[in-house]
Amino acid sequence: MIYREAGDFKTGYRDDGQTFPIRLDRWGYYAALAVAFGIIPFVINDYWANAVFVPFLIYAIAALGLNILTGYAGQVSLGTGGFMAVGAYAVYKLMTAFPEISVVIHILLAGGITAVVGMLFGLPSLRIKGFYLAVATLAAQFFLVWLFNKVPWFYNYSASGQINAPERTVLGWAVTGPATSAAGKYLVCLIFALLLAWVARNLTRGTLGRKWMAIRDMDIAAEIIGVNPLTAKLSAFAVSSFFIGVAGALLFAVYLGAAEVGEAFGINKSFLVLFMIIIGGLGSIFGSFAGAAFMVLLPVLLKNVLVGSFGWPTDLAAHFELMIVGALIVFFLIVEPHGLARLWALAKEKLRLWPFPH
Amino acid sequence: MTHSPAVETYTTADGRQIGGVLMDMRNITLRFGGVEAIKDISFDIREGEIRAIIGPNGAGKSSMLNVISGFYVPQEGEVWFRGHRRGPMKPYEVARLGIARTFQNIALFDGMSVLDNIMTGRLNKMKAGFLSQALWWGAAEREEIANREQVEKIIDFLEIQNIRKTPVGRLPYGLKKRVELARALAAEPQLLLLDEPMAGMNVEEKEDMSRFILDVNDEFGTTIALIEHDMGVVMDLSDRVVVMDYGRKIGDGTPDEVRNNQEVIDAYLGVAHD
Repeated sequence: MIYREAGDFKTGYRDDGQTFPIRLDRWGYYAALAVAFGIIPFVINDYWANAVFVPFLIYAIAALGLNILTGYAGQVSLGTGGFMAVGAYAVYKLMTAFPEISVVIHILLAGGITAVVGMLFGLPSLRIKGFYLAVATLAAQFFLVWLFNKVPWFYNYSASGQINAPERTVLGWAVTGPATSAAGKYLVCLIFALLLAWVARNLTRGTLGRKWMAIRDMDIAAEIIGVNPLTAKLSAFAVSSFFIGVAGALLFAVYLGAAEVGEAFGINKSFLVLFMIIIGGLGSIFGSFAGAAFMVLLPVLLKNVLVGSFGWPTDLAAHFELMIVGALIVFFLIVEPHGLARLWALAKEKLRLWPFPH
Repeated sequence: MTHSPAVETYTTADGRQIGGVLMDMRNITLRFGGVEAIKDISFDIREGEIRAIIGPNGAGKSSMLNVISGFYVPQEGEVWFRGHRRGPMKPYEVARLGIARTFQNIALFDGMSVLDNIMTGRLNKMKAGFLSQALWWGAAEREEIANREQVEKIIDFLEIQNIRKTPVGRLPYGLKKRVELARALAAEPQLLLLDEPMAGMNVEEKEDMSRFILDVNDEFGTTIALIEHDMGVVMDLSDRVVVMDYGRKIGDGTPDEVRNNQEVIDAYLGVAHD
């Protein structure tokens, strides 16, 4: 079984358009799904869930969202943290106001609310591009954090100014609150991440995705072939913000359990997710996952190596970790500006010809 | 100065029947600040013909094409399309009327494959709702396949099957021009505007492109308006020619009429010195 298309005949346009055109890729994908659903939930413990899997899945959703906006539609955004905060506070208000309704619906509604807010802050994109748009979305970031700090209604007038996720269950399993099991957290995030990745793939391969990419690559030509820039850009902001809002809601309700807006959803979050899509690969679904994995796993790995193997003091290791991550980001930008997804694609292209490259 | 024939239809030298007026430009004037790029120009484009606009650099040809495609709105004059006066429109609304174009400097979407680029030409034929697209279920998938079939016909027609999955950024210049033509054709336009389709090509590529333009006109019945500097190509391809100079129209008629027009010779064609 060699990695190539030859012999794997496509007899219709439906087959030709499938997500994994090469048989070995399809098998790899099904194997990964089998492991993710069949093995990991049974062996996962709190450390692995909290340090690796749950943040990876949640940030993968956020990275997908930002990648739709920046990677596919070409609109730069630094407001990711603020939009995640909208998702978090929306789900908090919904959970406390309507405790009898399923938390899954709350999370989706929180995404919807974030989509509306994102569209609102996306309006300047009709006039401005590039750096100027980035600054406009930066304003959204600071404004939203300020808003959730300043208006006590958002945190239900709690004395600490924090929001705390009440306990909620899905089909009898606790998914939020202190009693949640590691497997419960992991599974709810996994299902959201997979469904949203599937939706992202569907949107980006069809009409809407082509409109976004046309606007990204050459907005004037896009308009002349019949793309309405208003609807294309605003739909990108809406879909992107929906994803980011769901990620924010999951981050608060499932992962953190309690959050203070400036700390959990500050400008650092915006940059973190931006780094994820740059390192993972702009305009790639796989890249969103790869970038999230890289940015989540690398600090954990470095910490284990530096503190665990070398026996360095924790604070020294933490400083080194920052430097190494920073250096790696610079390295990536210079060596492979198109990210891990491009490296992956190149490896696959080589593999198709292996072992006879000529 | 020759004028367009007043009759409703005419027959070309090679026996094609040319229909009524598709697009009528009436007394168009376009200014940029104090500069008059187009001065009081009138001409028409008839159904099924190949209409060329020629003239020296800076004569206002590209501006004229931009007026036709709705990218510029003239300060004076009227644009009539299919018997209706066209008000000021957004470029994407013009596209929906059935006018497609290619650009002098290729304007393809470099990040997308050839196939995706051509599929963008059919965006206006896609009607599936958001939910259907998000779930890739029902209308979205049916439309994708139906439109893919149409696009494959154009890919066959322009003989670019072997590059359909190649990213456009990797293609050589001549092929990019062909892909751009394919994208414009995918929209099934009634009027196709070509801005210097042969610019920067070698003789072989020019011959290919000329053949494609004639075939498009012949097989799809598409009306074509083009700007081109290669006089040999223009005179061979086009049914009627508009000549512009300094924003004015100095000639209009069949290639033979234009070739023998003294004003056109003085301004643009020149004479052979012996």
